[in-house]
Amino acid sequence: MIPILQIEALSVGFLNSGAMNQAVDQVSLRLAPSECVGIVGESGSGKTQMFMAAMGLLAKNAVARGSVRFEGQEILAQKSALRRVRGSKLAMIFQDPLTSLTPHLKIGVQLAEVLVHHNGVSWHEARYIALRMLDQVQIPEPKRRLHEYPHELSGGMRQRVMIAMSLLCRPSLLIADEPTTALDVTVQAQIIELLRAVREEFAMGLVLISHDLAVVGGLAQRILVMYAGRIVESAPAEELFRHPRHPYTAALLKCIPSVFSAPRTRLPSLAGQPPRIGEKLDACAFAPRCPRAAERCRRERPQLQVAAAGEFACHYPEEL
Amino acid sequence: MIRYFFLRLAAAVPTLLMIVTATFFLMHAAPGGPFDQEQVLAPEIQANLQRSYGLDLPIWSQYGRYLASLRHGDFGPSFKYKDFTVTELIAQGFPVTFTLGVIAILLALGIGIPLGTLAALHHNTSLDHATMSLAVLGIAVPTFVVLPFLGLLFGVYLHWLPVAGWEARSIRHLALPVIALALPPLAYIARLTRGSMLEIMGAHFIRTAFAKGLPASTVILRHALRPALMPVASYLVPAVASIMTGSLVVESIAGLPGIGRYLVQGALNRDYTLVLGMVIIYSTLLISLGLLVDLLYAWLDPRVRR
Repeated sequence: MIPILQIEALSVGFLNSGAMNQAVDQVSLRLAPSECVGIVGESGSGKTQMFMAAMGLLAKNAVARGSVRFEGQEILAQKSALRRVRGSKLAMIFQDPLTSLTPHLKIGVQLAEVLVHHNGVSWHEARYIALRMLDQVQIPEPKRRLHEYPHELSGGMRQRVMIAMSLLCRPSLLIADEPTTALDVTVQAQIIELLRAVREEFAMGLVLISHDLAVVGGLAQRILVMYAGRIVESAPAEELFRHPRHPYTAALLKCIPSVFSAPRTRLPSLAGQPPRIGEKLDACAFAPRCPRAAERCRRERPQLQVAAAGEFACHYPEEL
Repeated sequence: MIRYFFLRLAAAVPTLLMIVTATFFLMHAAPGGPFDQEQVLAPEIQANLQRSYGLDLPIWSQYGRYLASLRHGDFGPSFKYKDFTVTELIAQGFPVTFTLGVIAILLALGIGIPLGTLAALHHNTSLDHATMSLAVLGIAVPTFVVLPFLGLLFGVYLHWLPVAGWEARSIRHLALPVIALALPPLAYIARLTRGSMLEIMGAHFIRTAFAKGLPASTVILRHALRPALMPVASYLVPAVASIMTGSLVVESIAGLPGIGRYLVQGALNRDYTLVLGMVIIYSTLLISLGLLVDLLYAWLDPRVRR
C-alpha cells in the first residue's frame, strides 16, 4: 500500500545572517492512509517546521532538503504537484484560530473561496456546501455565521470554522498544528472530540502536532516524540504510554499532571533546556538533561533502532 | 455606525468655529492692515476706507459681524480685489484647484499603492531598491524644482506639452502640474504600502490563505491588500493637506487660475476676509475627508465597527 505521506531524510534549516540553523535534522517517517499520528515535542523541536516544509509554507530564509511524497507524488521538490493538492487533498490547520482567519472577510467568503478555487463551483453553490460543513462541525446557527466576521465568534467556534474550512474538499490528510493550544481546557476536549469524529467520517489521515502528550494520547494511534530536530521515539500510543523506551519520553510522561497524584506534591518537571537550534552535535542531544546518560552518550549519537513495537534512538533505553 | 457618523458631523461645527476664531484673531493681530501701502494715504481717505469696511469698529464687534454674515453663507467682500466678493473669487478658481487636486490624489493612490505592493512582494530585490530610491527622490525634491524641470524637459526640449498656462478642459495643460503635485504623496504612499504589505504578508492569516491552496494573486488582492491599506488611509488627510499647499506653488509656476495663490497672497495683503474664506473652504474639505477616512477604516477593518 502506498503511504499517504512519506517523508524521507527531511532537513529544514534557517539561513540567518550567513549561518545555517538546523531545525529539522534528517527525519524520515511514513503515514498509512487514514492513520492518526501524534507528533510530540517541546517548542523548537522541529515538529511544526517539518510539516510546514511539507505544505510549502516555510519562511523565505528556510532551506528544505530531502523528499516528501504525498500519495506517492513528490511535493517538496515539485511545486506544481504541491499546488494541486494543497488545501484540497492535503489540508492544515493552525494553533491560533483568531489570527489564522482573515479579519476583514466574512466566514462565508473564507470558506467558499476554497471550493471556488479547487472545485470550480459557483460562489452560490460553494456557500451552500460551506453551510452544510459548518453544520457538520456542530456550529450553532450556521446560516448566521456565514455573514459574521472572525472576531464575532468565540475561540472554539473559530477553530471549528478552521476545521470546516480544511474539510471542504474532502482531504485525505489533515495536519493539525497545536489545534487546541490557544483554547480553554473544556473547549480543547470538544475540539479533540470533533477531530476524532470527522477523521472517522471522512476516513482521512490525521497528524496531530502538540507539545502536550495528554492531548495527543487520546486520539493518536501512533506517537512520534521529537527532540532537537530528530525523532527520538516512535511507538503505538498505548505501548508508548505503558513502556516508554527513550528517557525523554519517560520524563515527559512523568510531567503529565493527574487527578490522582497526592495533593501538595510538586509536579515533576524536566530540568534544563533543549540544545539551541544550530548546535552541531556529535552526541545525544538529550544527554545533558538525561538521568541515564553515560560517557558513550556524549561522544556517539544514537541512531533510531527497531524495537519490538516501534523505534527509539537511545544507547541506554528504559527497560521493558 | 450611522449614529457615530452624525455625532462626528455635529462635532465638525465647533471645530470649524474654533478654526475661524483662531484665524480671525491671528490675522488681526498681525501688524499692518489691508490698506497699508508704500505710498501713505491721506488720513481722511484711510479713515474712510476703514469705516466703509468696518475696520474702525472694536475687534469684538468686527468678529460678531463676520460670524453673522457667515451664517448667511456670505464670506464678505475682498479687501484687495475690490470689485469681487470672496465667494466670487473662490467660485472662479475653485474648480481649477479642485480638478488639479483630485486628479493628483487619485494618481498618487493609483500608482503609489501598486508600486508599494510590487516592491514588498519583491522585497530586497533590485526592483524593491529601485522603487524605494525613486520614492526617496519623490519625497525629497521639492515641487518648485520638479515642475520647472518637467516643463523644461517635456515643454521646451520635447515640445510634447505646454510649459504653462490654462485652457478649460485641457488635459494637456493639466498634465505637468498634476504630475508635479502628485509626486510627493505618491512616493510617500508607495513607501507606506510597501512597509505595511511586508508586515501583513508575515501574518498568520496569510499563511492560512496559502495553506488553503489559493493562488498568490488571490492571497494578495483578497486577503492582504485591505489590511495593508490602513496606514495609507491614515495618511489621506495629511496627503490632501500637502496637495492643497502644493497647489499654491504649482499654480503660481504653471500660471493656473486656481485658488491656491489666494491663501499666501491674501495673508501678505492682510486681506482678512479672503484668508478666512480660504481657511473655511480648506478646513471644511479636510474635516469632511477625515469623516470619509473613518468610514474607510470601518470598511478596511470590520473590527472598528460597533
